[in-house]
Formats: sequence, C-alpha cells, structure tokens
Amino acid sequence: MRSVTLGHYLPGNSFLHKLDPRIKLSSLLLLIIALFLIKTFWGFILFALFILAVFISSQLPWRYFLRGLKPILYIIVFTLFLHFLFTKGGKVYLRLGAITVEEAGVYLGAFMTLRLALLVITTILITLTTSPMSFADGIEFLLRPFRRLGIPGHEIAMMMTIALRFVPTLMEESDKIRKAQMARGADFETGNVFRRARNLVPLLVPLFVSAFRRADELAIAMEARCYRGGENRTKLRKLQTAPRDYYAIATACGLVLGIVFSGL
Amino acid sequence: MNAIFELKNVTFDYSFDDTGPIRALNNISLTINEGEYVALIGPNGSGKSTLARHLNAILLPTAGEILVDGFTTMREENRWEIRRRVGMVFQNPDNQIVATTVEEDVAFGLENLGVDSSLMAKRVTEALEAVGLQSLKNHAPHLLSGGQKQRLAIAGVIAMRPRCLVLDEPTAMLDPRGRREVLETVKKMKQQEGITIVHITHFMEEAVEADRVIVMDKGKIIHEGTPAEIFTGGVDLYSLDLEIPVIPKLIQILRSQGLVVPPGVLKVDELVDYLC
Repeated sequence: MRSVTLGHYLPGNSFLHKLDPRIKLSSLLLLIIALFLIKTFWGFILFALFILAVFISSQLPWRYFLRGLKPILYIIVFTLFLHFLFTKGGKVYLRLGAITVEEAGVYLGAFMTLRLALLVITTILITLTTSPMSFADGIEFLLRPFRRLGIPGHEIAMMMTIALRFVPTLMEESDKIRKAQMARGADFETGNVFRRARNLVPLLVPLFVSAFRRADELAIAMEARCYRGGENRTKLRKLQTAPRDYYAIATACGLVLGIVFSGL
Repeated sequence: MNAIFELKNVTFDYSFDDTGPIRALNNISLTINEGEYVALIGPNGSGKSTLARHLNAILLPTAGEILVDGFTTMREENRWEIRRRVGMVFQNPDNQIVATTVEEDVAFGLENLGVDSSLMAKRVTEALEAVGLQSLKNHAPHLLSGGQKQRLAIAGVIAMRPRCLVLDEPTAMLDPRGRREVLETVKKMKQQEGITIVHITHFMEEAVEADRVIVMDKGKIIHEGTPAEIFTGGVDLYSLDLEIPVIPKLIQILRSQGLVVPPGVLKVDELVDYLC
C-alpha cells in the first residue's frame, strides 16, 4: 500500500521537533506577523537568515527547503508578472511598444515574491517538524479561548484525528474497489482527462457510500464509549512546556519587536 | 445474585417514512444477572443487535423499560452512567477505532470520562496487558490484524472498568485465528474480572461457551436455557436457519445409534473425556 503522509511530517529529534506544538503554532503566527511588518530588503535578509538557521538546526534534508515552493511557483510567477506590467513609477527598465517595466514594478514584485516565498518556507518548516497528532492537540488548545465566539476547536481537532485514522483505511478500501471494478471491466487508465474523471465514478460512488456507513458506525461506537464533545475531557498525552519552549517564543517575540522598532 | 439488566415488556419500533414503523422488538422481558455469560442467537433480522443497542441506551424502547444496574435508560441523566457500566464491541473492527495509535484508542473512553492523565496511563497499560497488545501500543490501528483490532476494541472498553461487556457479533468479520483470539480474551474477562458478558453471535460453537443461551426470532425470545438444553434438548434450530454445533450434532447421531451420552456433554474435550 502507498504510504500516507498528511502535512508531510518528517519525524526527527531536533530542537524544533521537540518544541511544544502550542508554542510552535503561536511562534509561527508571530513570524507571519513579522513577515508582513517587514518594510525593507534588509528585513527579508535578516528573516531569511533566521529561517535558514532554524532549518539547519532542524536537521531536515536540504531538498525540503525549496521543495515546498514548487506548488506555489505559478502564483509567484503570476505575482511577479502582474507587478512588472502594472506597477508604474521610477526608472524605465524595459520598453516593448506600449508595455513598460518600471523600477517600482520590479521592486514591488521582488518584495511580494520574497514575502510569499518566506511565508511558505516558514510554514513548511513547522509542518515538517510537527506530527499531525500534536498539531491537532496544539490547535485544540490554541482555539480554546475562541470557543465563546463559536469556533469549535475541540471538534476541529477531533476531525483531524479521525481523518488521520481513516485515511489509510479508506485508501485500502479504494484500492479494493478499484480492483473489483477493474475485474468487471472498468477502465481507469486510458483516455483523456475528462474521460478518466468520468471513469472514476464507479470508484467514487461505492467509496462514498462506504465512508458514510463507516461514519455512522463510528459515531455510535464513540457514543457507546461516553463521547460527548470536548467538555470535561482529559488527555492521555498532556502537553507540557519545557524551558526551550520559552526561549523559542521569546525569540519569535523578539523578532517581531526588533522588526517593528528597527524599521527594517 | 444481582440483576445487571432488567428488561420489562420492551417493545421497539424502527420508524421509516415510506413503510411506516417496523417492529424490531416485541414485548421482551429478560433479566441478566451479574457475572453471567449470556449468548444471544437468532436468524438475521431477529432483533439481536437492536436488543444489544438497548442495553447501553443507544436505542430507547418505544414501550416498556430497561434498568441497567438500577438505572433506567429512559432518563437522559443516567445515560453516561449506563454507558460507563456497559461496554460495547461492534462487528466491524475498523469502524470503532477512533485514534491513530493503539494506546490512544484505549485511552479514548477514559478521556471522555475525564480521568486524570497519570491514572489513565496506568489503566491503559493494564487494559493492553489484559488483551495481550502491550507490545503494539504505539502501532497505527490499520496495521493490526482483524483479531488484534477486536482485542483493541475490547481493551478500549475494559479500560473504562465496565460491569458488563456487550459483544455484537465481534467475530463475524474475522478469520478463525482472530476468532479464537477474541473468544479467549472474552472468556478471560469473565473469569478474571467477573465481567458480565452478553455475546451476540452467529457461530453456535461460540454460544456453547455461555452459561445461558437466548434464542430470538422476529423480535421475540422464543427459547431460553443452558447450552445443553438448547442444543441437545430438541429445540428446532433448523427452522430458524441456525445450525446445531458439531459436537451436539455428533451426540445426536451417537444417541440415535443407541449410544448413551449423558446430558451436559457439549464440547470436544467433554466428549473425548466421556468416550475414552
């Protein structure tokens, strides 16, 4: 069976891996804020160096550093393109008939691209080093204050857990259905995109029917084990902060404050 | 002996919009005592699973009353007390495992009860040891065999320290080896922990292990007695599409050939003891 990764977690034993997920998620939030407060290229260079240092300390393979950018490559190119074409001002670098590429466009384009790239790299760094389960725990804890506003933190975490639990089960099942349908002459491999998509119907319909049946049975099984939502619930794995967690959050705070006050 | 379940004239209708109500349980009265091992058998659609789901207030009777350890299932505030006392294991091993590791799944029920995490760790370890899964505690559930998954489900239930275990065809989807694992675990629970067992099954060989066998058909209890009475006492199981287990069947043949076999002999080793 194909191995399943959600959020592309790479297990490890580094400082970043060991951080409390709550701290990691709040630090991530602070770093994102910092990223949006940066006003100069020097700020970006500083930030990039910081991220690079964290990346090295996390002992992740190098290829992961830029690989995360692949999916957003189009967005980056598109952003650059738009700024080059439509942001005007300053020196004219290039003139093709009515189209001009001017200084402000290049500047802003590069600026936005850097911001986007660093945003993605920072987020990936966190998801690579946080197991989905502790991610769910972290989210549940951090969303707790927003319960009154109607944000169901516990339910979101429970959904993540159940999704993680059932992804392999459903993969196995879809494999089984695929083989069963192929044995009856279904064709999943030839034809153009539209044809293939339509041919997936005999795979998806049974899969969905079965998923709903599973959901129903699981709900009964959960209720039979006294599940009644997040209230008064305890946890087997209690989240515990260590000194390193305080250093980490202090560093993230320092970075934000530093950027604000130095005007970088 | 203390009664753990008291069912008084329980009737239950499934309501469907297009066909109108369908009666699944018809005026059932039944008492199950603490520490008993009861097997519930009957053809498909006889109401066995419906009855089981009444035992921990997943379904509520349309008429009549059920007392679980003295608590009526009709009152909302009793529901969680009842579910803590009555653990359920279902047929499909996959659809009752919630968490992503064995250990955390066992803890799920305890988390719901709000048990303190240090006590929880202790209870989880004990439950895993009781079903023999302690070495797999960090495994992902989908990597377990069917029998291991059902033992995990049992561990998740017994960690909550229930008084009774209701098993709804727990072995139906398992291979013979998984079935044996589960049955041995269930028997151990009864012997070592004194937990009451209500076991719904299609396998008559499993029903032979019980103290009492209840035969259901069309929402009613039609026979009730010791395995000896049910399987060798001339109850017409064939008309209910149920099989007579191999050993009682063999005894019937031996008897018809003129060999005297005393009543109460039901299992292989008992018959071997008698014959040799």
